[in-house]
Amino acid sequence: MRVEPSWYLVLSALLFTIGVAGVLIRRNAIVLFMCVELMLNSVNLSFIAFSKLNGDLNGQILSFFVMVVAAAEVVVGLGILVAIFRKRSSASVDDVNLLKG
Amino acid sequence: MSPLHAGAILAATTAGERAELVFFIILAPLAVVTALGMVLNRHAVYSALLLVVNFFCLAAFYVFLQAQFLAAVQVIVYAGAIMVLFLFVLMLLGISREDVLHETIRGQRPAAAVLVVLLLAGTIWALFAHPFSGLGADLNRVAGNDNVRAIGRLLFTRYVFAFEATGLLLVVAAVGALVLGKRAGRPLPRGSAAQREEQVP
Repeated sequence: MRVEPSWYLVLSALLFTIGVAGVLIRRNAIVLFMCVELMLNSVNLSFIAFSKLNGDLNGQILSFFVMVVAAAEVVVGLGILVAIFRKRSSASVDDVNLLKG
Repeated sequence: MSPLHAGAILAATTAGERAELVFFIILAPLAVVTALGMVLNRHAVYSALLLVVNFFCLAAFYVFLQAQFLAAVQVIVYAGAIMVLFLFVLMLLGISREDVLHETIRGQRPAAAVLVVLLLAGTIWALFAHPFSGLGADLNRVAGNDNVRAIGRLLFTRYVFAFEATGLLLVVAAVGALVLGKRAGRPLPRGSAAQREEQVP
């Protein structure tokens, strides 16, 4: 029995689903960000598994760009979080309801 | 599976493939368990630490999928830089508070559970409807036994424009974080250390 790249694809689907569940269930904005990171990482895993399946390095390059964009996203997102926390002293997404109709 | 059968299968594989199998059997459940723990843990700091373990598992998978450069980047950028940033912000915002667990929208949890199960079923079905079988290609041979050099060559030839654009993106993100983080001209939050310092003559 050998580990095939398709096993990693199934694992990636599992991790992505767990990330989606976290985004839907949790209220803490920082934990929401972590769940988004988990989803990005699971997609990276499937990119790299497909790269191995097809014998093509372009999947790894795409995964590299995902990592760079995720880093930028985290910096801006956490900056917004800190700014919101200063105004409302809460990190819960339920407290950011000023646009409620 | 009889022992003879298992022995025949083990004999047909190389030592590297056996090692990959053992590591996958250990690390794949670990990755799923740490991800679940990250979602279900009430303390955000524990969530962050479990996510670091998860990222290390993924780095090991990248090595087995012959993406050695990305495995190193995963450990340095994700487990190192990004998670440290998360922990910094957690400490800054206060870690004593536990997450509110009651539902604020009625019926959100059951609806989320149904949707998540549907999503998982859909992705797994898509994977098995178009079976991606086979062991794939030997990427080390494709990359000429030098993964870093091959990736660098691709980055600076075919993807050089995207590479420069991400550089610009990082600069914009850094400036944006600075603008969001600066507090000049804004009233300081009551009771903060900076305000108490201002009140002292």
